Amino acid sequence: MADPSYRFESVAAVRESLRKVDYLSDEGIAGIVYLADRLGKPVLVEGPAGTGKTQLAKSVAEITGARLIRLQCYEGLDESKALYEWNYKKQLLRIQAERADGSTWEQVEEDIFSEDFLLTRPLLEAISAEEPVVLLIDEVDRVEVETEALLLEILSDYQVSIPELGTITARQVPLVFLTSNNTRELSEALKRRCLFLHVDYPELDREKEIVLTKVPDIKESLADQVARIVRSIRQLELKKSPSVSETLDWARTLVLLGIESVDVETAKSTINILLKYQTDIAKAVRELEQDNGTIETTK
Amino acid sequence: MSDVAPPETAAGHAITELLGGFIQELRQAGLPVSLTENLDAMEAVKHIPLEDREAFKYALAATLVKNNAHWRAFETVFEVYFSLRGSKYRLVEGDEDDMAKLLEELMAQQEEREGEGAKSGAGGGDMMTPEEIAEMLFKALQRGDDAMMRAVARQAVRRFAGMEPGRPVGGTYYLYRTLRNLDLDAVMDRLMDQARESAPEPLTPLEERLERDEIEHRVDQLKKEIEAEIRRALVADRGVEAMAKTLRKPLPEDVDFMHASREEMAALRKAIYPLTRKLAVRLARKRRHGRKGPLDFRNTVRHSLSYGGVPAEPKFKYPRPSKPEIFVIADISGSVAAFARFTLHLVYAISNQFSKVRSFVFIDGVDEVTRLFEGVEDIADAVHRVNTEADVVWVDGHSDYGHAFEVFWERWGKEIGPKTTVLILGDARNNYHASQSWVLKEIDKRARHLYWLNPEPKSYWNTGDSIVGEYAVHCDGVYECRNLRQLERFVDLLA
Repeated sequence: MADPSYRFESVAAVRESLRKVDYLSDEGIAGIVYLADRLGKPVLVEGPAGTGKTQLAKSVAEITGARLIRLQCYEGLDESKALYEWNYKKQLLRIQAERADGSTWEQVEEDIFSEDFLLTRPLLEAISAEEPVVLLIDEVDRVEVETEALLLEILSDYQVSIPELGTITARQVPLVFLTSNNTRELSEALKRRCLFLHVDYPELDREKEIVLTKVPDIKESLADQVARIVRSIRQLELKKSPSVSETLDWARTLVLLGIESVDVETAKSTINILLKYQTDIAKAVRELEQDNGTIETTK
Repeated sequence: MSDVAPPETAAGHAITELLGGFIQELRQAGLPVSLTENLDAMEAVKHIPLEDREAFKYALAATLVKNNAHWRAFETVFEVYFSLRGSKYRLVEGDEDDMAKLLEELMAQQEEREGEGAKSGAGGGDMMTPEEIAEMLFKALQRGDDAMMRAVARQAVRRFAGMEPGRPVGGTYYLYRTLRNLDLDAVMDRLMDQARESAPEPLTPLEERLERDEIEHRVDQLKKEIEAEIRRALVADRGVEAMAKTLRKPLPEDVDFMHASREEMAALRKAIYPLTRKLAVRLARKRRHGRKGPLDFRNTVRHSLSYGGVPAEPKFKYPRPSKPEIFVIADISGSVAAFARFTLHLVYAISNQFSKVRSFVFIDGVDEVTRLFEGVEDIADAVHRVNTEADVVWVDGHSDYGHAFEVFWERWGKEIGPKTTVLILGDARNNYHASQSWVLKEIDKRARHLYWLNPEPKSYWNTGDSIVGEYAVHCDGVYECRNLRQLERFVDLLA
C-alpha cells in the first residue's frame, strides 16, 4: 500500500476486497467505506431490515484483519453497559485488604480508582485496543435520545472521559459503523458526526449476483428468476418487503427442493419464506396469479 | 462517462467556491446542512478523483444528506448544479460517433431482417425521423442497453420536445410533449408481443408478469433519462441558478396535500408507512416513560414497616394513562379527499394509542365508516374502500357542512361523551349553505376536546365560501394541516 496510515488505496480496491469475502457492494457502499477510512469518520448505515447493514461491518472487519467489537443497542442501555463500570466488588476487597497493612486513605483512594478496577465495556474496549478494531454499534435507533449523547464523544474525538481517571484517547482510530432501522429520527448531533449511508434493496443484477455467490449449486436461470420475482413482489405495497436474507432463504429452499424453475404453484407454496404477514402473502399470491388480464390495465 | 476529461475546476480554490454555491443551493431547497458537514464535504472531495462523477456525488451525499427522504432533492440539485461542469456534459460531442455507430448497426440489422434496402443512411448528428427513433427506442428497450437508451432519450428530446431558447416553460411541459410523441404504451405492448413470440413455449402467467415488470422498469429508466436530458438542455439555456430555482421541489414532508401531483402522492403514500411506525414507537415510549403517578400513601406506609416505620421507599400510584376516544369526521369531497385519506390512515395506524376510534365521512350526507376499519390489517385498503363504499351524497355531491353536521348530531350526537375527542377534517368551504354551527357548540359541550384540521393555508381561511371562522369559535383549536410535517405534529399532540 502506498500510504500505510490508510487502510484502502482506492474505491475500487475496497470493492474488490469486499467481493473477496462475498460481500457484493455497489459504488455507493464502497465509496463511503473508503471515505470513512480517509476522513476517519464513523459511518451511519441506515436502511430496511435485512439488507446487509450489519454484514457490511463484519465484512469490513474481515478484509482489514481487524477485530470486530459489537455493541448491541437496546432500550435502557446505559453507560455502565456501553462505556465502562467500576469493579465495585474488587474495590471493596481492596479496601478491606488495605485495612490490615495500615496504608493512608489517599493511597487507597488512588488505588481503587485505577485502571485495574475498571471494567471495560464495548465502547471503551474499542478505544483502548492496541490492535486494529472495527466498532459496530448495532441498531442505534433503539436507545433513547438521551443515551445517544453517550456516543457523541467517542464518535467525534475517539476518546472517553472518566471523571476519576481522566481522558482515555484512542491509540488508533477505529472504523466505526452505526446501524439504524430508522424507527425514530436520530438526533442532529449524532448525524452530524457521521457519514451517512443508505443501504436499500439491491438492484436486480446485484441481487442476482448475491444469490449466485451465497447459494451454492444454484443455477443461473433460477437465480435470475428468483431475483425477478422478488423485485416484482417488492413493488407491491406490503407491510414488510422481502429482504435480501429472505431472498437467500427462499433461493436455498428452492435448491433443496430440487426446483429448476419457479412456476406459480411453487411460488405460492413457498412464498411464506419470503413474506411474513398473512395479508402480504395473500396480496402477493393474488398478484402472481393474475393472468393476462392486467395487460389491459397497464395501457 | 466514456471520456474522462480533467474538469475545468481542478484548482482547489475553485472547487471550494463551487461547493459553497452548491451547499447554498441545497439549503435553499430546504436541506439542513450544517457548517461541520460543509467542512466534511470539502475534506471528502479531496480524497476522491474529481473526474469520477459517481464517486463525487456519493462523497457529497454521504457528508451532506443525512436523511434518505432528502436524497431526491439532493440528486436534483446535484444534476442541475454540476450538469454543465462534469464530464457527462462532454458526452454530447463525443457521443455523436456512438450515435452514428448505433444507428448504422441498427440499419444493418434491419436490412438483414427485412431484406430490403435501407431508407437512408441518416447521419447520427442530424435529426432522425420519428420512425427511426421509434425503432431505436424499441431496440434500446428490448436490450436494456443504457448507452443506447441515453442516445434515444437525447434524440427524442431534440426531435419532439420542441424546446425554444428563452421560453418560460417548465420541464414538465417538454417532458409531456416528448412522451406523448414516443407513445411508450404502444412500445410496451410491442415488446410484450415480441417476448411472447420469442419464447420457445407459451409464457406462463408468472413469466409474463415478470417480463412485464422488467419492461416497465426499463421504460421508467428511459423516462428518467429523458427528464435528465431535458434538464440538461434547460440548464444550458437558462443557467444554473435560474434552473435550480424552478426545479426546487418540496421535501416529501412539506408537500401540500391539496396540490400534490400524482407522483408526489405516491411519494407521500410511501412516506406515511415509516412515519406511522415512528410515531407509534414514540407514543408507546412516551406512555411507558411518561410521568409517574402521584404518591401512593397507603402503599408507602405499608412498605415502611419493613424499615422499622421509616418511609424509606416511596411508592407511587400506577399512572393510569387516559386513552382518549377519537371521533374523526372527515370531509371527503374532491378537493380535500387526499387530506382526509392521510389523516384517517395516520389515526388508524396508531389506533392502539386510543381507547376507541370511530370515523365518519361526509360530503353533503354523512355516513359512519368505522366498520370498514374493523379487523382490517391493511389500512390503505380500508381507506380506499371508504372512498368507494361510504354513502355520503345527499343531494348533489357538493360539500354541505351544515347539513352533514346536523345529520351527524341527530344520529350519533348522543354517543359523544366526556372522554371523546372530536376531530373535524375539512376546508369548511360550504358552498354558501347554512353553517349550522350550533351543532359544533353542542358537540363541544359534550366532548372533551373538539379540534378542526384545515388543509388550506391560513391566508385562505374565511375567503370566498370558507366559513372556518364561524366554526372555529366553538373549537378548542383549529390547525392548519397542509403537509405531513404539520399532521405528524398534531397527532403527536393528540395522543
